[in-house]
Amino acid sequence: MSDTSHTHSSHGHHHEHDHDHEGSELSDIDLRVRALESLLIDKGYVDPAALDALIETYETKVGPRNGVRVVAKAWHDPGYKKWLLEDATAAIASLGYSGRQGEHMVVVANTPEEHNMVVCTLCSCYPWPVLGLPPAWYKSAPYRSRTVIDPRGVLKDFGIELPPETKITVWDSTAEIRYLVLPMRPAGTEGWAEDALAELITRNAMIGCDIARPPAQFAAVTGAR
Amino acid sequence: MNGVHDMGGMQGYGPVIVEENEPLFHHAWEPRALAIVLAMGAAGKWNIDWSRSVRESLPPAMYLSVDYYQIWFEALERLLLQTDLVRPEEIHSEKALVPPVEGVRKLLKENVAATLSKGGPTERETDTVARFSIGQQVRTRKMNPPTHTRLPHYCRDKQGVITAIHGAHVYPDANALRQGEQPKWLYTVSFDAQELWGPDTTASSVRVDCWEPYLMAAEQ
Repeated sequence: MSDTSHTHSSHGHHHEHDHDHEGSELSDIDLRVRALESLLIDKGYVDPAALDALIETYETKVGPRNGVRVVAKAWHDPGYKKWLLEDATAAIASLGYSGRQGEHMVVVANTPEEHNMVVCTLCSCYPWPVLGLPPAWYKSAPYRSRTVIDPRGVLKDFGIELPPETKITVWDSTAEIRYLVLPMRPAGTEGWAEDALAELITRNAMIGCDIARPPAQFAAVTGAR
Repeated sequence: MNGVHDMGGMQGYGPVIVEENEPLFHHAWEPRALAIVLAMGAAGKWNIDWSRSVRESLPPAMYLSVDYYQIWFEALERLLLQTDLVRPEEIHSEKALVPPVEGVRKLLKENVAATLSKGGPTERETDTVARFSIGQQVRTRKMNPPTHTRLPHYCRDKQGVITAIHGAHVYPDANALRQGEQPKWLYTVSFDAQELWGPDTTASSVRVDCWEPYLMAAEQ
């Protein structure tokens, strides 16, 4: 992937750099990461091939399509939905998704009365096995600060406005329990196959920052292709 | 620790900026930083609570101004130094100057998939009995430990109701200090948003996972 032998020994590295402007900061961190990677390989602590395998895992294998499969199956199969809401860790593992940052899963279902949103105010806890790595906004100060006090305001930033009578429950991921939102299945999708339902599910809907796309909008989008 | 990482309810950070078709990584160094953090996390020289504690102890201005992967990287450098896995002069010279520390579990390529799919479950066997039950009113403690805790400041000394019991889990407040896992019962507590914020909220309720030492029975 990247050239790990690339080092800049003339460049002094210390902890609290003064960053004069953003350009130097970006190149500085780039050099420091390369240098530390080289050092850890030189010390024999890391296997370079393992680093590439870790990156490849999250680039190609573990991402929101896993969560989409979970939600589509729950919409399609009432028995699976019941299991998912009772024992999410086992129900999700049955589809082959488990492990790091998803060891203990809870799925919360949106209804017309209650909308669920997930945040980690203290860091960036996120259900990796089903959603992959968190997007930058999920880890950002605006999202982490506002979601627990003003979730409707946050939803507006995503272009979502819920009916005023819908109550919003916010889940702050303070422990190792990871939360996945089961969005409401759009009306007009009765009898749809699981694969077709999957097309309506967005990553953000599984965090509670979006709603599943209505079929009309989906038809318009696919018709335009 | 009452640090800048404890962001719940803070105001003035502006709107959430949602990037259309956001790439998985924004800079070439980000996946490399992620990979060395994950690989060294599997090395067994520190635990996740200790690493979170180091991340939230970064200088506040730095924490607020750098990319999240850089927070991980800065904390990794500090963890490597704190555990003597690398020496400061090695970071400066970018090569090994002294023999490696023994007992580092090297994550090999062939073990990556198994290690990730195993993860790091935190539930533990316990012979203790849960003190609280579902539906019970509880109050979070008034506390301000200068060390790592997972009880956000916004929900301290607040009344809520137990909505779930998750078994006994590794207690981060102790584990971050290398005092052992000391598993404690873990509960989900539902707080009425008005109890947390008064009228200035659009939430109905906020649910927070709380270890038993964070809680006491509410006065009726």
